[in-house]
Amino acid sequence: MTDNATAGRSAGAPPVPDVEPPKARQVPGWLITLLSLALAIGIWQYFGRDVNPVFGSYPSAIAAAFWEMLVSGELLSALFESLQAFLVGYVLAIVAGVPLGLVIGRSRVLEAALGVYVTAAYAMPLVALVPLLVLWLGLGFWVKACVVFLMAVFPVVINTWLGVRAVPKALIEVGKSFVAPNHVILRRIVLPATLPYIMAGIKLAVGRAVVAMVIAEFFTAISGLGGIIINSANNFETARMFVPIVVLMVLAIGLNWLVGWVERRVAPWQFEIAGRE
Amino acid sequence: MGQVSLVDVSKRFALRVEKEVHVVNALNGVSFDVKDGEIAVLIGPSGCGKTTALRIAMGLETATRGRVMVDGRTVTGCGYDRGLVFQHAELLPWLTAFQNVMFGLEMKGMRGAELKDTAMRYLKLVGLEQSANRRPHQLSGGMKQRVGIARALAIDPAVLLMDEPFGALDAQTREGLQAELLDIQARTGKTILFVTHDLDEAVLLADRIIVLRAGSLQEIIEVGLPRPRGDLAAVRGSAEFAETRYRIWKALHQAETTH
Repeated sequence: MTDNATAGRSAGAPPVPDVEPPKARQVPGWLITLLSLALAIGIWQYFGRDVNPVFGSYPSAIAAAFWEMLVSGELLSALFESLQAFLVGYVLAIVAGVPLGLVIGRSRVLEAALGVYVTAAYAMPLVALVPLLVLWLGLGFWVKACVVFLMAVFPVVINTWLGVRAVPKALIEVGKSFVAPNHVILRRIVLPATLPYIMAGIKLAVGRAVVAMVIAEFFTAISGLGGIIINSANNFETARMFVPIVVLMVLAIGLNWLVGWVERRVAPWQFEIAGRE
Repeated sequence: MGQVSLVDVSKRFALRVEKEVHVVNALNGVSFDVKDGEIAVLIGPSGCGKTTALRIAMGLETATRGRVMVDGRTVTGCGYDRGLVFQHAELLPWLTAFQNVMFGLEMKGMRGAELKDTAMRYLKLVGLEQSANRRPHQLSGGMKQRVGIARALAIDPAVLLMDEPFGALDAQTREGLQAELLDIQARTGKTILFVTHDLDEAVLLADRIIVLRAGSLQEIIEVGLPRPRGDLAAVRGSAEFAETRYRIWKALHQAETTH
């Protein structure tokens, strides 16, 4: 059974002609993505120029506005301001959401007692609550972080919870058969088995956290990237308005990629089992 | 030591099907002994309660009535005196073969060099030292089950409990593992309680065969084949093998006509 088990694994060995390389190379995914982006931006540029600049904008005008705002330092200081509240809220959502999801998934009593709040809060119209939050927390940093937290935490909790419910009973019994106490089963078996779900929840939370941040900046002290959006819109500077929107979308893509990269580090087996890179 | 006794073990539970409540008699007062160093096989058709009996012996389920004794102590839950080999190996997919074997040892409290040495020794025992760093999805079905056996044996239990461990494997792999299990048992002297529905497997492995039918003990058959069994192909061709196999077959079918 171990005949040629290690033959293909020695890294420095010269290639053997009869052995297929580990994976066949195709057109790389990033190239397809780039081509798709170039095409979309090209179409937008071509048709966008014919639109009244109050009603729409187009890539080269947005790029010009971007450059101008970058040089003036306006964009970076707004980005920095937004990111602080965003990161604090987002990280707190993960730190609180994962353990909460784990215990709700593992305990029948907690599931019955708390699950209903989680499900309801996920659908909560947060925009409506922002004025109330402002009354509680003021107009500054913490109300923004709080809005981001409230929007991001529930997808993390719900995904973790569902993931725990999907852990095969037999794997729990492996822990039990070796007399592992419950908290060890949670940490050594349930948590790793749930990681792919947790990472999916963390990815979903990126998009919601970005939206939450902009909402917070609209409705609290007008500041940061959201502040630029609303001020530019009020002045009919559509190209300037699009700059933070594009920056936020790029940020979300970057964060998604980062979470994916972390996932590959902490849960590589999942990708190997699925047979995907 | 590794002596197991089931004393009058019953398992009854209520099952709601549609709107009716059915009482399931999974086990009806089953009693048998497994002697130290012996391989006992629990056999019967699916649903006969053989897996339930094994799970009660492991401590994963409780008996409604009766008890299980291991070396004179009553089983109240899982313990390191028993090692369970699961039907589908159930390796932890995020751990390598080596780490999977270490898992049980870590739970038992072993640390450091002793932990690694012991895990490696048991991987060698099942012939997998070359594949120590592979994850379960990089192992064949037979290799996974070897890791499962190594993981259970590594904690040095008095009794090895095996739940149809070769049932999902192809015939050739199964034969290889049967021979290997006999070899491992000869070297370690472990008591084994083995669940299967395969008549040939039962006769090849067992010193004693416990036939279950619809939750009741049907018959206990002593296997006269000598130990070590030696060449299993020759054993399969022997008269004793055919005779014992026929006795089990009769026990199973007799039951059918009387019910």
